[in-house]
Amino acid sequence: MSQATESTAVAQQQNKEALFSPKNRRLVTDPLTDNNPITIQVLGLCSALAVTTQVKPALIMAICVTVVTAFANLIISLIRNGIPNRIRMIVQLVVIATLVVLVDQVLRAVVYDVSKQLSVFIGLIITNCIVMGRLEAFAMGNKPWPSFLDGIGNGLGYGVILVMVAVLREVFGAGTLLGFKVIPQFIYDAGYTNNGVMVTPAAAMFIIGIIIWIQRARNPKLVDIS
Amino acid sequence: MPNTNSNSYTFIYASVLTLMVAVALAAAATGLKPIQQQAIDLDKKRSILNAVATFSDKNQILKEYAEKVTEVVIDKQGNEVQGAKAFDLVLKKEFKKPDAERKLPLYVYNSPEGKKYIVPMHGAGLWDEIWGYVALDEDMNTIKGTSFDHKGETPGLGAEINQPWFKTQFQGKQLSDAGVFKLDIIKGKGADPNNKFQVDGISGATITGDGVNAMMQKSFESYKPYFERIKSAAKQPEQPVTHPPSSTEEQTQEGGE
Repeated sequence: MSQATESTAVAQQQNKEALFSPKNRRLVTDPLTDNNPITIQVLGLCSALAVTTQVKPALIMAICVTVVTAFANLIISLIRNGIPNRIRMIVQLVVIATLVVLVDQVLRAVVYDVSKQLSVFIGLIITNCIVMGRLEAFAMGNKPWPSFLDGIGNGLGYGVILVMVAVLREVFGAGTLLGFKVIPQFIYDAGYTNNGVMVTPAAAMFIIGIIIWIQRARNPKLVDIS
Repeated sequence: MPNTNSNSYTFIYASVLTLMVAVALAAAATGLKPIQQQAIDLDKKRSILNAVATFSDKNQILKEYAEKVTEVVIDKQGNEVQGAKAFDLVLKKEFKKPDAERKLPLYVYNSPEGKKYIVPMHGAGLWDEIWGYVALDEDMNTIKGTSFDHKGETPGLGAEINQPWFKTQFQGKQLSDAGVFKLDIIKGKGADPNNKFQVDGISGATITGDGVNAMMQKSFESYKPYFERIKSAAKQPEQPVTHPPSSTEEQTQEGGE
């Protein structure tokens, strides 16, 4: 018995060492830059256009998506060997939908006003391609811990772009940041007006396009020549 | 590991998974229900009070509501109805009922400066429901304040109706002229500040603005009989000097004209 505890202790130690190995760390950092789900994989664009008019909903949305991708990845990875292959997509969707409904219920109980503001978009996380994309591409073939990290990384990668776009759109569209006025009154007095295009989803499309452009210009490896 | 491709395995797997998910969701929904209901009630009280003044602290809202707000239920003819709780009435459902069965909630805020009538509103925006409260001064026509909210208007466009800049511009405006609804939310910016019946709309959200306008008119028409009853009742007992003279009374007289 002592041998058994010893061996689990060793296993745990090895496990701990591996927890934040360089490879695992890359799972979190890669999606932030060179493998960003929005700018490189071009997934989850619809919600990136919809919820980025203001920073606060964008932040809450980013947190919710991160929670959902992380735990959906974790759960699917835990049960990946038992999922019947023919219904694996349905199983993935059931897991995602359950998590999203849970997140929605918790938001309603804890931050009711934010939940009202985000309204349908929380429910629409279910249709966010990033979540299912990561389940198919990563969680189905990897161990739970790396899958969990991959989920967090991709959720954050999505969130980073979301917040960047939201900051630009709120500042130039409404002159505020998180609801506080950032463009001083004298600039308005001098004839400046808020940009009406910025509050429409089209502006998010332009901003994301420009971000993609800058990112690929700086790193030619990312350019898909085909 | 059994054969994960067999039919029976697939069926059993799907059934068990569905069952587990159903239990988990039901448990979460039931467990969170009381907290959600609290949040919803608090939110409703906050919107009612926000038509008069801005409160953000939870305990302050509950205290203020309990101490100063009187709930009244009225019917289509403007009579007060006993035995119904205004707070539990859902305006959306009441508007769908036939006139005879309709019960409308009204909230009266008793402030030191006099009574404010907080009229609930409900209507349709661009995507989904919009609702709100408009607080009227004692003349039952001048707007003291408003609060609006929505279910699914576009963030940054129609969703702006619950922002302070939109709701504060109604202050001091008037709903009607000689009993006819006249308030107008214009398309985009550029309302004449001296016009008592005009407020700015939201650029890019004209339909939501029209919806707000329409629901204000609907509530105005629905509560008009009750307000007219109060006004005519207020004029009669003016002659006997049973009431001690107070500033509140003077305001009523002025407003009644």
